[in-house]
Amino acid sequence: MVYIGTPTSRVDGPAKVTGAAKYAGDAAASGLAYGAVVTSAIPKGRIATIDTGAALRVAGVLDVLTHENRPRMARRAAAYKDDVGPEQGSPFRPLYDDTIMFSGQPIALVLAEEWEIARFAASLVRVEYEAEPFATDLRVERERAVAVDEPPKPRGNADKAYAAAAIRHEAEYFIPIEHHNPMELYASTALWEDGKLTIYDKTQGVLNVHNYLCSVFDMKPDKLRVLSPFMGGGFGSGLRPQYEAPLAVLAARALERSVRLVLTRQQMYALCYRPATIERLALGAAPGGTLDSVSHEAIAVTSQYEDYFRNDTGWSGLLYKSPNAKYVHRLARVDLPTPSDMRAPGATTGVYGLECAMDELAVALKIDPIALRLRCYSDRDQHDDIPYTSKQLRKCYRQGAAAFGWDRRNPKPRSMRDGSELVGWGMATGVWEALQMDTALRIVLTANGHAEVSCAFSDIGTGTYTIVAQVAADLLGLPLEAVTVRLGDSTLPQAPVEGGSWTAASVSHAIAKTADEIRKELWRLAKAMPNSPLGACRLEDIALADGRIIDKTDSGRGVAMTDAMRHGRRDRLEHETTNSFAEDDKHARNTHSAIFAEVKVDEELGVIRVTRVVNAVAAGRILNTKTARSQIMGGVVGGIGMALHEETLIDHTLGRMMNANIAEYHVPVNADVHDIEVIFVDEPDELVNPLGIKGVGEIGIVGTAAAIANAVYHATGKRVRDLPITLDKLLG
Amino acid sequence: MAPTIRKRPNGQTIPAPAKIPVSLTVNGVPREIVVAPWVTLLDALRERLGLTGTKKGCDHGQCGACTVLLDGRRINSCMTFAVMQDGAKVTTVEGLARDGALHPVQQAFIDHDAFQCGACTPGQICSAVGLIAEGRANSVEEIRELMSGNICRCGAYPNIVAAIRQAMERERP
Repeated sequence: MVYIGTPTSRVDGPAKVTGAAKYAGDAAASGLAYGAVVTSAIPKGRIATIDTGAALRVAGVLDVLTHENRPRMARRAAAYKDDVGPEQGSPFRPLYDDTIMFSGQPIALVLAEEWEIARFAASLVRVEYEAEPFATDLRVERERAVAVDEPPKPRGNADKAYAAAAIRHEAEYFIPIEHHNPMELYASTALWEDGKLTIYDKTQGVLNVHNYLCSVFDMKPDKLRVLSPFMGGGFGSGLRPQYEAPLAVLAARALERSVRLVLTRQQMYALCYRPATIERLALGAAPGGTLDSVSHEAIAVTSQYEDYFRNDTGWSGLLYKSPNAKYVHRLARVDLPTPSDMRAPGATTGVYGLECAMDELAVALKIDPIALRLRCYSDRDQHDDIPYTSKQLRKCYRQGAAAFGWDRRNPKPRSMRDGSELVGWGMATGVWEALQMDTALRIVLTANGHAEVSCAFSDIGTGTYTIVAQVAADLLGLPLEAVTVRLGDSTLPQAPVEGGSWTAASVSHAIAKTADEIRKELWRLAKAMPNSPLGACRLEDIALADGRIIDKTDSGRGVAMTDAMRHGRRDRLEHETTNSFAEDDKHARNTHSAIFAEVKVDEELGVIRVTRVVNAVAAGRILNTKTARSQIMGGVVGGIGMALHEETLIDHTLGRMMNANIAEYHVPVNADVHDIEVIFVDEPDELVNPLGIKGVGEIGIVGTAAAIANAVYHATGKRVRDLPITLDKLLG
Repeated sequence: MAPTIRKRPNGQTIPAPAKIPVSLTVNGVPREIVVAPWVTLLDALRERLGLTGTKKGCDHGQCGACTVLLDGRRINSCMTFAVMQDGAKVTTVEGLARDGALHPVQQAFIDHDAFQCGACTPGQICSAVGLIAEGRANSVEEIRELMSGNICRCGAYPNIVAAIRQAMERERP
């Protein structure tokens, strides 16, 4: 392996630093029309009248589409289902009818020769509503929340064990609505060519959007192509098709013309969000620090029309040994759009509650937080009592603590200072799943020694282009520069959406399987050469390295790939395979981490700075230590935002988000981020999959907010359980 | 399926603002455009001149994705109208490389993996070039502070700071 495991610079780096990389709103086309969306001002009710007369009179306006005049769309709600949307419920149908289900819902699309004209005309659309009573407040609606039936099965009797426990801790932790806020605006450029549509869409799944649009518009698959060669960040918001794509299709079909539709930042707040969630934890322990009972209840918001939820509670019983455990997950239906996956959905919120609760338990037990976690450490998946394919979490604690200097921590709150600032050190555990999905992939090897690798996966900034090039270069025995990677195109071999940390494992094994077909064919070609040095070699002894087909047992023996192809009169070798992973229900597959955070808090003003974070991660084989480090670092920065900054505020009297912009919805900026150290602990794993890959997209954020919250407690002696930890809560 | 474009309703046409000619020197090339006064410099670059390297992230001067160099100074191009910049020299991310060689800041961003998705990157790079020219940032803390108008949602900040330090050191004699 020449490239796998090395810190390789992004192969798409030059395109991204020169502005050459084309995103959804960048696609060039002649004769583009532009769209501007009009959105609902009320959260619930119906459109009584919608007057587009003034908008239509603006010079340069081409049309205004509403539910009254739009081109045909599917009637059946089922036609709007996608690969990753909730199973329960009926998806939102943009411009479908007069029903208003959330504030910010698109209700008209103004089309004009120029974007500025469309935007101006959109301001002239007059809407009268028949408003209905609505609800948007989780803290009120929690009383009506309904239980979902999917949490893991309980064990023992958690209530009884809790009542009998020597040391008990029970508390509620709150995570507000958070928005993904990728830097790129949601956009679709729909190129119209004689009834055929090529759509550059901002999405994490070109096939998901392709299938959705074909279904909604009853289009033949070959009449529509969806591309997302570059995506300016998704964080989960682009897993499901968002409404810019169907609106762009509606517009292109109405005008029979190419259309660009770019949403505004404000409009993006009505696409999707991380659901506001109350995490209630009850932990019962013996004085020595072993857990007797774990109860975890999550109460989260969802929309009125779909039941969105992820696994928040199961992590608590999975991560730590406890003979008794129970879980409840309830949904409060509110008049907001459906929530969506956002950066380790479920785990980010659930583990925040769990890891703060564990910190509080450690305080009650008067033992070190790491010591508590080691006493409850589990080498087996507690739900199914099965071993892990690998779990090097102990190493994470050890190496993370050593790098951070944890042994110098005075456990007493308010005991550490730096001038006028209180210093706090906190830690937490992180956990995520090591998922892998069936993936198809094509490799074309040409006689000049160049390979093209293609697959419908998108690179949403995670580094997929680069790891695909690395893995393919190694398995084909070619230099990295000789590999071209094509991604994010619905006409390429099928792949699922890019998410869940499954892309690296899924695509790498698809490369391995396809490259093996290339290897077999090259072996046959090499054997057929006259006086072939590989004439007697068996396939299992054949490897590809340095552009040659070699005998592994004697690497001096071999022939150049290009010679073998030329001799066999083959200009190109092309193989496409679909890789499926073997079922294995005898092992649990997870990644783990230990996060250590230092905060400095101004005692008088309550200003909090996260001055140091060490995140030690156990995630199997790391394909690219450079890009993987960036992924973990990005997760940590997301965790800093979650802990200290991020909160979407709703005016519950209007049912409307109040801070739908990046100035009032605070995200970390450069000055908020200080030293972040990422450690990848060694975790060989031959069971999870042949290459030992687990994925690192989500694990970086899980636990980070808890480590920071625990550090704030250590610094100040004040426990703030409601995120974000702002100075008013600290001083109040 | 026939187009469903509706006839313009009766009543007076509401005119769009009259267009005005604007001369810009963009990445060293003289460009003439005719735009309405409500067109921002950002939209002029992206939609009229085809220079989509400069990104729109908020259109409100909140995120810095649209940062370009205007007569050498870094500005948010969404916060100024094209007609206000008649005669100005604009450098965008497309104009930084010279003779096929990346600008030192561009190379440093690759070397330090100072981006993931790349949507904020053109703005970060233009902002960094402007920052270095300002000569105000003499420490890591000052770089962080003076780069805080450019949001990176992927969280590449420590790598951005490392990249800028590398570029600064290479510029020093």
